Amino acid sequence: MKIVVAIKQVPERDAQVRIDSTAKWIEETEYALNEPDAYALEEALQLKEHHGGEVIVISAGPERVGATLREALAKGADRGLHIHCDDLGLRDALGVARLLAAAIQPENPDLILTGLQSEDLGLGQTGVIVAELLGLPHATLILHVEKTETGFTVKRELEEGWFQTVELPTPALFTIQSGGNKLRYATLMGIKRAKTKEVRSVTAAELAVDAAPVVVLERVTLPRKQKSTQMLPGTAKEATAALVEKLNFEARLL
Amino acid sequence: MSGILVVIEDRAGRVSRIGWEALAAGQQLAAQLDLPVSAAVVGLETESPAAEIAAYSLAKVIRVEHPLLTPYTADGFILALHQLIEKERPAQVVFPHTYQVRDYAPALAARFGQVLIGDIVAISAAAENAGPVFTRQLLQGRLNGAYRHTGSGPCFLSVQAGAFHAEVLQTADSHPCSDPAPAASSKAVEKLNPEGGGGFNPRIKPIASTRAGRGGFQPTHLSPEVPASAPTTVSVFTPTIDPAQIRTRPGEPFRGGTQTVDLASAQRIVSVGRGIKDAANIPLVQELATALGAELAASRPICDSGWLPIERQVGSSGHTVSPKLYLAVGISGAIQHLVGMKGSQCVVAINKDPDAPIFEVADYGIVGDLFEVVPALIAAVKAAKR
Repeated sequence: MKIVVAIKQVPERDAQVRIDSTAKWIEETEYALNEPDAYALEEALQLKEHHGGEVIVISAGPERVGATLREALAKGADRGLHIHCDDLGLRDALGVARLLAAAIQPENPDLILTGLQSEDLGLGQTGVIVAELLGLPHATLILHVEKTETGFTVKRELEEGWFQTVELPTPALFTIQSGGNKLRYATLMGIKRAKTKEVRSVTAAELAVDAAPVVVLERVTLPRKQKSTQMLPGTAKEATAALVEKLNFEARLL
Repeated sequence: MSGILVVIEDRAGRVSRIGWEALAAGQQLAAQLDLPVSAAVVGLETESPAAEIAAYSLAKVIRVEHPLLTPYTADGFILALHQLIEKERPAQVVFPHTYQVRDYAPALAARFGQVLIGDIVAISAAAENAGPVFTRQLLQGRLNGAYRHTGSGPCFLSVQAGAFHAEVLQTADSHPCSDPAPAASSKAVEKLNPEGGGGFNPRIKPIASTRAGRGGFQPTHLSPEVPASAPTTVSVFTPTIDPAQIRTRPGEPFRGGTQTVDLASAQRIVSVGRGIKDAANIPLVQELATALGAELAASRPICDSGWLPIERQVGSSGHTVSPKLYLAVGISGAIQHLVGMKGSQCVVAINKDPDAPIFEVADYGIVGDLFEVVPALIAAVKAAKR
């Protein structure tokens, strides 16, 4: 089975958020593999372990994205595909999906996986649009993928603690929900091997897709406080004593 | 192109709460753009949710019916709504931001060469010669983004649960829904449906009381539409769908695991997040919960790691809770978590990061190392109760 996993490099979860001079995004920071994409990669690696085949990781973005692709290779992906694109932030979800779809199409995979959403933009759309552009059936919020004779049976998360199974033919695209598997770490051997694995580069220009956005992120701002939060200063002992006092006499909850 | 089309979602034949909220967002947008609002319900038998909506002041209600639309499939819904939108040519299409909408709306928008502006929390008035600005949250709630639709086709939007207030809906007559709840305070506006299912009745209230709402993301404004004298007309639209076009075969929904805790009705909840670092530290938070007489809950990463069972998960993929006291320990406050607990009466947050979004919705906050703060709090609570 040939599996393509679309992954994204996102700002580290704990990185400080500083709005840049354009006021359209944040300053450069530390980056990491988008966590839902890590679950998509894990599902792909487990499918390969059971059924054989190849796992190809693909990512769009500037030079620094190469590090995230190497990380995925170190975890066990077989090869990488880097769409060099310095204006990713100016493209909308359709524009990014067009890049991915154009790069994935010649690979002709049996299965495409990606995380259900990114931790930075949180759109949760790219996978679904890639399926639409490639004319593939899809399912979202998938916790488990099982290969069948003719296609796949997947476990899909519904709202409020409900689930369902969905059957689909091959090829198909799934967006993976976190928590379906335990994530693996890269081994030292894996990191060493990753250095010799192939990462092919293609530029956004070479893919020649429409880059003009129909939806524009005009400005980013720090959120205003919804409530007037009373911050309780001091040592742990002072702050918690103040909290108990407040809960007792102000909120009357103790 | 003209008008605003709101695609309603129903649960077991009743309009879901977030469906009403999408309608409220549609009316708010209609007021800004001076456009009529229509609503569509999609499925096999849509008579009863259509009748519920028709009690409100709308241009029309459309029942999109076909045997292949139940059970839900992305293929069926995309085909049906594509045909409906081609026929109706709305300027804006508004959805509730549900799991189901997330499954098909991005592809539907792409079929029109458009992009869904998903999970919006606010709509700002149109600037001169420009369309309205839509706010959505970025970086797990650490940043707000102002989005504008610049394409020439219809603008697709989905609204976040709890961001728009169903209580301000404009009715056709004055009280279509009986309201069994006691006089709704502003709190009721915030409170998310504890049953978690359908059957939410929007309450019709004067402007003063709906505006008094605390919190929420952005209060909506009352639609200036004059209530119609008769209910809205309901029509039926039958899309053309071939069985071969439905490529997925969905199974019956099932519950995962047994339920032993009832977080939805808990009065006090102590909830733990990534900050706890290791499964071995969970008992510390359990001790705090016990001292407070609270149920223990968690954010998604804790349940993903198997440190606590999924039945204790709070958030969009877990339970929606609205206790009197919600104490968040080491939870940064990603959007997915906040939508599950922002209806709580009093929120306390303990986190090492002063910029954590959880503090945005907290009444009381302590910035500090939870491994110092929690033991001190346990001691203080025990002392206070003595």
